[in-house]
Amino acid sequence: MSVAQANTVIMKKLLIFSVAMFGFGFALVPFYEKICEVAGVNNLLKADTLTENIQVDTSRWLTIELDANTRGLPWQFKPMQASVRIHPGEMVEVMYEVRNNSDREVAGQAIPSYSPQLLAQHLKKLECFCFTKQVLKPNEVRQMPVQFMIEPSLPSNVNVMTISYTFFELSSESADTGGKAKPI
Amino acid sequence: MAAVHDDHAHGHGHGHEHGHDDHAHGPPKGMMRWLTTTNHKDIGTMYLWFSFSMFIVGGLMAFGIRAELFQPGMQLMTPEFFNSLTTNHGLIMVFGAIMPAFVGFANWQVPMMIGAPDMAFARMNNWSFWLLPPAALLLVSAFFVPGGAGAGGWTFYPPLSVQMGMGMDMMIFAVHILGASSIMGSINIITTILNMRAPGMTLMKMPLFVWTWLITAYLLVLVMPVLAGTVTMLLTDRHFGTNFFNAAGGGDPIMFQHIFWFFGHPEVYIMILPAFGIISEILPTFSRKPLFGYSSMVYATASIAILSCIVWAHHMFTVGMPVTAQLFFMYATMLIAVPTGVKVFNWTATMWQGSMSFETPMLFAIGFIFLFTIGGFSGVVCAVIPVDIQVQETYYVIAHFHYVLVSGSLFALFGGVYYWLPKWTGHMYDESLGKLHFWLSMVFFNVTFFVQHFLGLAGMPRRVPDYALQFADFNMISSIGAFGFGLSQLVFLTVVVKCIRGGKKAEAKPWDGATTLEWDLPSPAPYHSWVTPPVVK
Repeated sequence: MSVAQANTVIMKKLLIFSVAMFGFGFALVPFYEKICEVAGVNNLLKADTLTENIQVDTSRWLTIELDANTRGLPWQFKPMQASVRIHPGEMVEVMYEVRNNSDREVAGQAIPSYSPQLLAQHLKKLECFCFTKQVLKPNEVRQMPVQFMIEPSLPSNVNVMTISYTFFELSSESADTGGKAKPI
Repeated sequence: MAAVHDDHAHGHGHGHEHGHDDHAHGPPKGMMRWLTTTNHKDIGTMYLWFSFSMFIVGGLMAFGIRAELFQPGMQLMTPEFFNSLTTNHGLIMVFGAIMPAFVGFANWQVPMMIGAPDMAFARMNNWSFWLLPPAALLLVSAFFVPGGAGAGGWTFYPPLSVQMGMGMDMMIFAVHILGASSIMGSINIITTILNMRAPGMTLMKMPLFVWTWLITAYLLVLVMPVLAGTVTMLLTDRHFGTNFFNAAGGGDPIMFQHIFWFFGHPEVYIMILPAFGIISEILPTFSRKPLFGYSSMVYATASIAILSCIVWAHHMFTVGMPVTAQLFFMYATMLIAVPTGVKVFNWTATMWQGSMSFETPMLFAIGFIFLFTIGGFSGVVCAVIPVDIQVQETYYVIAHFHYVLVSGSLFALFGGVYYWLPKWTGHMYDESLGKLHFWLSMVFFNVTFFVQHFLGLAGMPRRVPDYALQFADFNMISSIGAFGFGLSQLVFLTVVVKCIRGGKKAEAKPWDGATTLEWDLPSPAPYHSWVTPPVVK
């Protein structure tokens, strides 16, 4: 084999390797999701469980602002009240309303977001419309609850916080796992 | 590593450059020479000049940054423009200055040092270079489009990089092009080193510069495609409705950081391993002793490269990882200090009891060891999770990586340029100007960056155009140092231009302690060298 031929062989191998590494970058995405799932990090779709009996701290008031957004789907989505005032440890239920403005059936997945960030550690959600995908028939209106409690261990300098949901459109066949939400 | 070559064949091939031998004709004249060249020396020269001009462009951005930070308060520019400057300073220095400079060195030196006539794929070599100017043009012209150049930091983290204007798209395309260029360059270098060594040049007889480039090139083909994939995901998130990194769409911005740093950490070793190689050539020459622990140097380089692939998450200790993961990345990071320590030990041992002389390349090499070690130590400090949580995104990190990139990679590049200039140009450079350049760089570098350790420990965040009053003094010192460092580089330009134009005629081997093959060639190195391969004993 001449040097030129031998060179071409190495080049081909390295090119194939480069293309494979390009694919590897994308393969890291499902791998990352799997790791998060196994490690229990970032699981937005499971209800929390209350292990201990938590006392309501009636001496303290918290203001929870409710926020709702949609992204790329023909829905109108809003909380039934702009904010609630609650005590730490108190179980509360708030309602959101969603309306499908289009004349086709649309499936959506809500993804939560909290501000300040540390609220995520102290918020216990027992029920949420964001745990499953929501399928709305043409022009259907639905009211959906979120049942939650904020742990009294929340640092005392945090008194106003925001819970926000954004609805994303799901292709109809995709499963309702937020981590793998596939947009159309 | 002495070489014996057939003097008759040699004289025939190179002595009569315009003779009947097809391979021995000179280059075409004018612009077409540079556009169409497939000669490794021409391409190496273009890489080096390209990277120097990018170094000036990135340096001017640093001037802007330090001018704004000279005093507290907003003086010269909008915060958005400041962010564009920090972002593009980083990108241009990494992808436009440091990396192409090392590829330029590889082009010039690898064939000469292993006794090969040229790179394996000469046309692809031309193409890898000519991809760079369009990419640079994209990066720089992004400043003039609506919304300005990318401003989310050189790491282009989402969500900022998903939201910005078309400047970000230009940045993404520039990174695609630069990545393609790097991959082609690496394939070329790997093939040249594996297949085109002179008879008798076994792997373990290769000069260490060639070894470090072989390992670096492997790292490049390993991680550059991953970066290309990452920015492709950003692009589809921006324009094609995917949600890889959009939290609200089921994606995860933290995942971007994991994938980015899977590329990004090996990337920092891509920028330092060839520097290790250059230093390992310079030190034995000016100590007049063989390199201490050659094989341990090779193994240390390889282990650094392998370890560099499993430490990426130390760039993101604060994102909220499980403690076990944090500990793994902390210990793995600290482990890299071991092979790096082996290297520093070997360099020191090489100098030990050598008959040292202190020409400019040697000064830069010693400056490198001294300052790179400081940068390495602050890296180990940053690897300690609780400390890192404190100094994350502060000037401490800025100080750390400028100690390894400026006084590491860049000083090695300067040293290498001075070391090989006689071979490249056929003239000796001006030694006293070279020494002036070294001392100015050394002093101003430390004035600029040492104080940034204090700023960082005191809590000054990076990427801010304004700061609290207590940081004012150190920032002023740092800015003065930065202006001085930038202007000192004009001395370097002067030395190089003077050396190209004339100066004392250089002998074939101007450094009496040099042993590698390129010094067996006449100075300046003939346009086609080693047409008849030397035989290495």
